[in-house]
Amino acid sequence: MKKYLAALSVVLMIATPVMAQASPDSDLKSFRAYYANKFPEVPMNDYVNGVYAVDQDSRDQWEQAEEFPDYEAYVDKGDELFHKKFANGKSFVDCFPDYEKGVKQNYPYFDEASSKVVTLEGDINACLKANGEKAYRSKKGKIAYVGAYLAYMSRGNLINVKTPSTPKALAAYNRGKKHFYAKRGQLNLSCADCHYTSASSRIRADILSPALGHPSGFPVYRNKWASSSPEGDGMGTLHRRFAGCNNQVRAKPFKAQSDEYKALEYFLTYMSNGLEINGPSLRK
Amino acid sequence: MQGFMQKTVATISVATLTACLGLATPLAANAAEDADLAKGKELAFDRKKGNCLACHQIEGGSLPGNIGPPLVAMKARFPDYDKLRAQIYDARKNNPNTLMVPFGPHAVLSAKEIDLITKFIHTL
Ligand code: HEC
Ligand code: HEC
Repeated sequence: MKKYLAALSVVLMIATPVMAQASPDSDLKSFRAYYANKFPEVPMNDYVNGVYAVDQDSRDQWEQAEEFPDYEAYVDKGDELFHKKFANGKSFVDCFPDYEKGVKQNYPYFDEASSKVVTLEGDINACLKANGEKAYRSKKGKIAYVGAYLAYMSRGNLINVKTPSTPKALAAYNRGKKHFYAKRGQLNLSCADCHYTSASSRIRADILSPALGHPSGFPVYRNKWASSSPEGDGMGTLHRRFAGCNNQVRAKPFKAQSDEYKALEYFLTYMSNGLEINGPSLRK
Repeated sequence: MQGFMQKTVATISVATLTACLGLATPLAANAAEDADLAKGKELAFDRKKGNCLACHQIEGGSLPGNIGPPLVAMKARFPDYDKLRAQIYDARKNNPNTLMVPFGPHAVLSAKEIDLITKFIHTL
């Protein structure tokens, strides 16, 4: 009887994530339960490793590559930029006084005063602007280097997105959730179709990663991005990846750091609460 | 020499027959059929067209995905050609939550392209 009830509750939990009225907390529980049920052999914290959590063959290659990771040089560049003095004599250190303890685990968060989701990339650019400097471009380059440095300094910290509770925060959360589950583009596929329903299946030769843990490894160094960059710079932000996945289904991508992608990041990162930050990472 | 003559005569008579009836000969029809099947296969495999291999294993295609079932025994699974075409045109009719691309309604493929792909898939 107990077993039957447990099985039933798993089924119910799986059936509910699309319901608009579910609370973030119950969303999180059913999201976890779905993956735990689908991949009983994967320890919860291993989801931070993306596709490598569910595919041993590519994991072996990846672990080798991680010994001398291509992102290292960019973490160093980020370190340099982070400590370099702005024209006014200040630096990023003044905006992120806790950087040594790690700050990435607290992003994104909802700011009631501005009614906006605040991302780490958003705060990096806000810091530049507040100090009279020019903002970085949002998908790659310096923003990804500084982001990689801050992620590196945050490694091992547990993602700690506050549960959305105010009406405005809930509206942003639900917007992100809707983006995740909605079919889009000419090919009519949702994020959930690929990274939830089909996690670990192959789409052509690519194995699909579970969405649980998605944000924890960002920014990432992707071989594919490196090969399309004249300097071989493979670094990119989470929103760069969102745009790539929107493009794949022939949907018009949103702008990096748009309210839409910030809402999506908010939802997706909340789903990964309690998992470790392990950015930056290497990806194919 | 005699063999050559015979062949020539045969060719002429077929040509004459075709001209007289104004119809394609069975031979020509086969050639057209083969060309359609080849075209259908090309469209099914083309990443910018059907890209069916993204989700289905299909004989002759490399690096197939496995989001959908392998496309084998199609004649047995779909004795009715129209049912197969309907599945390829808009899989949502059979399964509203399908992951399969609605190729017809979303204009990923033209009606003609869907015909050609269906012909090819029906041979599997
Ligand atoms: C057509 C299938 C498909 C759809 C739809 C799709 N993705 Fe992806 N996505 C992929 C593939 C393939 C990869 C590369 C392999 C992997 O890591 O999953 C990927 C990678 C990612 C990654 C990087 C994961 C990592 O660990 O590096 C993120 C994040 C991501 N997708 C988010 C999304 C979001 C959010 C959406 C919806 C806006 C989405 N994807 C829609 C196919 C898809
Ligand atoms: C993005 C994934 C995807 C793509 C691309 C795709 N399919 Fe499918 N297909 C599926 C899934 C999933 C099913 C299983 C039935 C369902 O869920 O609707 C399916 C089912 C089928 C079936 C029924 C099989 C059976 O035995 O019942 C046929 C036939 C088929 N697909 C043909 C095609 C053809 C032809 C193409 C390319 C023109 C194609 N599919 C492209 C995902 C896909």
